[in-house]
Amino acid sequence: MRFVDEYRDADRAGVLAAEIAALCEPGRHYKFMEVCGGHTHTIYKHGVEDHLPEAVELVHGPGCPVCVIPMGRVDDAIAIAGEPDVILTSFGDMMRVPGGDGSFFDAKAAGADIRMVYSPLDALRIARDNPGRRVVFMAIGFETTAPSTAMTVLRAAAEGIKNFSVFCNHVTVIPAIKAILDSPDLRLDGFLGPGHVSTVIGCRPYEFIAARYGRPLVCAGFEPLDLLQSVYMLMRQLAEGRCEVENQYARVVPWEGNPRALEAMGRTMELRPHFEWRGLGFISHSALRLREEFAAHDAERVFDLPGVRVADPKACQCGEVLKGVIKPWECKVFGTACTPETPIGTCMVSSEGACAAYYNYGRFTRDRVREATLR
Amino acid sequence: MCLGIPGEIVELLPDRGDLATVEVAGVRRPISLGLLGPGAVRPGDWVLVHVGFAMSKIDEAEAAATLALLEGLGSAYEDELEALSESDIT
Repeated sequence: MRFVDEYRDADRAGVLAAEIAALCEPGRHYKFMEVCGGHTHTIYKHGVEDHLPEAVELVHGPGCPVCVIPMGRVDDAIAIAGEPDVILTSFGDMMRVPGGDGSFFDAKAAGADIRMVYSPLDALRIARDNPGRRVVFMAIGFETTAPSTAMTVLRAAAEGIKNFSVFCNHVTVIPAIKAILDSPDLRLDGFLGPGHVSTVIGCRPYEFIAARYGRPLVCAGFEPLDLLQSVYMLMRQLAEGRCEVENQYARVVPWEGNPRALEAMGRTMELRPHFEWRGLGFISHSALRLREEFAAHDAERVFDLPGVRVADPKACQCGEVLKGVIKPWECKVFGTACTPETPIGTCMVSSEGACAAYYNYGRFTRDRVREATLR
Repeated sequence: MCLGIPGEIVELLPDRGDLATVEVAGVRRPISLGLLGPGAVRPGDWVLVHVGFAMSKIDEAEAAATLALLEGLGSAYEDELEALSESDIT
């Protein structure tokens, strides 16, 4: 496995760690946000923070698509599934996410026909096989996933599959980053940009972060060494007084993104005026809905939805975790009332959620030590 | 669901529109090449597969490194593979 060693080499990690440490200005504390849940996972699994100097802190962002779905949207989907002729289809990750009145699993146990699928194309096939039923796909995800939904809608329209619709909950990453930058709660020194989202949108959309907010961003890969290298690139920019968008993950992310994916999204979807994010509240132009032209495949137009806003449970601090304001273990219910087996908040449900990653890898010692030291 | 999994293109299915058979960790499933465009890949090439679509072409070294990383994830990766093996998009 020569290839793998290139990304795991302990010597290279040591060299990068030393170079990062050498770039630290004495007395300065550096805070970088990793926007993507996949990065959070690598950071805890491989103990990336253990290689960083004490002065460099990584905080977790809102980049877990399951985590940011508000409870009211889960309830809307369950209301759709309650129609006797409906088959609701969903990625497995959504099944345990609690709504105001239970999860998809609970609704399924109570008799609703809710099926897990791997791809929106699986949902389309189910619609083709069941012409007497209405098949709805619970679409979630950032720009990584939205093009797949878009291609599926185009295919449904082309084939005239009238009993297929999409309950569109796709969100876009840029407005979430902007909301965090505008929030007074948190001062960040830079961002590790999401790897897979960037394969679709490219690097250009991040340029305002450097230009308007004066923060550097480096699109990062998912290997431990990718993340160390990306932190090094951020530190170097700060040390040299530069503020740019750089692409550490160029072996996968083209600067211009994927034009075919963007075109499919543009043809089928448009920005909503606003959308509620769990924990972050309403964010303008932060989510996608189907265009009028595809109304026949838009579950929000095909069905009457309750559309009721449901407040998160009081004990749950997912919002602060998603904004990077607190660490998962600082939440009052972390690991006690809220565990992966009985999650209260979404960050504990999804394997990409920061709380689940913390819980599963038990990597909160360092932060506790840090906190004790600071006190 | 957010994972991108490396798969090797085994066969293009020209009579099935933009579909191709890929092999992922010993599992062969059809996926869509619709996001890559005509002529972008051929058998033997590696792609990053996400929810039934090839997202981007990658080289073999990247594929090997990503697979090793995913195998280290444990249940999240196993769940994804299981979902993929049950996928039927044709």
